[in-house]
Amino acid sequence: MRNSRVKVNGLFFVLISVFFYSGLSAEEPLIPNPEDTTKICIPRPPTNVLATDAVYDKGNVVNLNWVPSPDDNGDGKILQYQILRRLENDSVFALIDSVIAGTAFYKDETVESGQTYQYMVVAICDGGSGPSEPSPPVTPDMEWLNFALSNIFVIGLLICGSVIYFIGKAKSGRPLFIRKIAGLEAVDEAIGRATEMGRPILYVPGIQDMDDVQTIAGLTILGRVARVVADYDTKIKVPVSRSLVMTASRETLKAAYMAAGRPDAFNENMAQYITDEQFGYVAAVDGMIIRERPATTFFLGAFFAESLILAETGNSIGAIQIGGTANPAQLPFFVAACDFTLIGEELFAASAYLSGEPRQLGSLKGQDVGKALAMIAIVLGAITTTIGQAWNFEFISAIADLLNSLFRTN
Amino acid sequence: MRRQVPLIITFFIGALLVISVFIPPMVSLKETFTLYFDIIAVFAFFLGGGNLLRVHLGKLYGKKQDWGFSLVTVAGFAMMLIVGLFKIGNPGGIAASITAEGSLFQKLFEYIMVPLGSTMYALLAFFVASASYRAFRAKNREATILLIGAFIILLGRTPFGMMLTSWIPEQLSILQIPNLAIWIMNGPNLAGQRAIMIGIGLGVVSMSIRILLGIERSYLGEDK
Repeated sequence: MRNSRVKVNGLFFVLISVFFYSGLSAEEPLIPNPEDTTKICIPRPPTNVLATDAVYDKGNVVNLNWVPSPDDNGDGKILQYQILRRLENDSVFALIDSVIAGTAFYKDETVESGQTYQYMVVAICDGGSGPSEPSPPVTPDMEWLNFALSNIFVIGLLICGSVIYFIGKAKSGRPLFIRKIAGLEAVDEAIGRATEMGRPILYVPGIQDMDDVQTIAGLTILGRVARVVADYDTKIKVPVSRSLVMTASRETLKAAYMAAGRPDAFNENMAQYITDEQFGYVAAVDGMIIRERPATTFFLGAFFAESLILAETGNSIGAIQIGGTANPAQLPFFVAACDFTLIGEELFAASAYLSGEPRQLGSLKGQDVGKALAMIAIVLGAITTTIGQAWNFEFISAIADLLNSLFRTN
Repeated sequence: MRRQVPLIITFFIGALLVISVFIPPMVSLKETFTLYFDIIAVFAFFLGGGNLLRVHLGKLYGKKQDWGFSLVTVAGFAMMLIVGLFKIGNPGGIAASITAEGSLFQKLFEYIMVPLGSTMYALLAFFVASASYRAFRAKNREATILLIGAFIILLGRTPFGMMLTSWIPEQLSILQIPNLAIWIMNGPNLAGQRAIMIGIGLGVVSMSIRILLGIERSYLGEDK
């Protein structure tokens, strides 16, 4: 009798264990299908689905947030969330997109301004789904001004205003002090060297197209360089990697030769198209450097991985080299391999500097206002952040936050 | 007139694009004008291709110095052009994309262009070595500081750096070479880079204003 009770108790214990270890607890909504041995998953739905109109857009964005399904706990039961949408007057929700499990945000960029929408988020698992309640209606609107960028607008206005102010001031004939830029002071010397040696000059205006401001800066410097080259009657070669740059280079060279009174010395093939392909271009220019052994090379424009290959090849033949780019990652390579390097802003200042024209030099002076502004903000920011955090002064921390927000773009 | 029209267009479009940043309905103007630029660039490609052929065919006809390189260039250009244009060896025929799997154009690109490009890129390793050798010679005080900084970063990025200084107690862990390397990269290096970036930003603003106002016009070939 006692043995049979022990057996019954044991059987009951085994059944309870099987029940719990099978993963089916009373809290889980996974219901066994009576007709089939496989299980159907019915997940609990996402809640608090909230659709809001995105600010400072043209009325084409709605942001959707929700609280994920309680079953979405990273164990892979929830496969994805489906995003459904309907116009307020429609009766049926239509599927517009789906996002992976664990997500609680969706940005709908396919809405039309002025229309009213409702959203529903459906949690999907293997064989079942849990739809949320429809979101409250939302009507995306267009804003005409992006006030989130008002700080940038004010700073931009200040810097642009100061540049224009100094250009106007320079026109009045007041002398301006501009510090000497060694790389640009050496331009005449570098061209003179090529003339004396009877060897050509190689000018590379970067590998980007005319929509890059560095290429434009490179071509404006080419104009100044070409005028001296024309005066000295030296050969210049401008291999380019973009067709539009070739056309612009030709025009620049032609104008420079005409301005120097030597239109007869101008030859269209001075500016030569090579290829758009980055390393194909490098191979061709390296070949030119090795075969023609230019006495002077200029690398002024937008450069990437090819910067060091070009500059080191030029260095290997003993050419005097002037490099310059606004790509900070490439600057160390030019510093290592070139005799002179125009660092960042010097590339953009070069044409104004070489022209010596008061209006252009005035614009450089205007830049200094921006630099002063940046320096004041950096020093103030460092002091207020340090004091605010070290001594926990809320007022000082608030000033640090304000300074931070002044220069934030998002 | 030839000078005025491009300057007026430059000013108008430039100003419009600057203003569009602050006006949400106009934000997409940038993409629109980029598309226009691409269309113009496509037409300019004919000029580039034409120039390439003219220069190299001229060298070939005249049997000028190094004409062999011109022969390779013209042959490569013609081959890619013909194969791409007439879709020779394309499994899907003339209607399929030239970049379709198994097409001759794709094979030429994948088995000739890509390896050649990679070869050129691989040269960078040797050039970095020779440039570093020159840059890190302790010729003066600045170069010596550069050398020491570079040495610490090089060591700090290898397990050997950690092995050398792992005995330093936790309180002085900043003196461990890997931590010193991280400090150099995140402190002085980043500060210097940011200073350059601020300068570049201001330089771009100043140059853009010169171009928009027509003060800088040498890029138009009209610098008189």
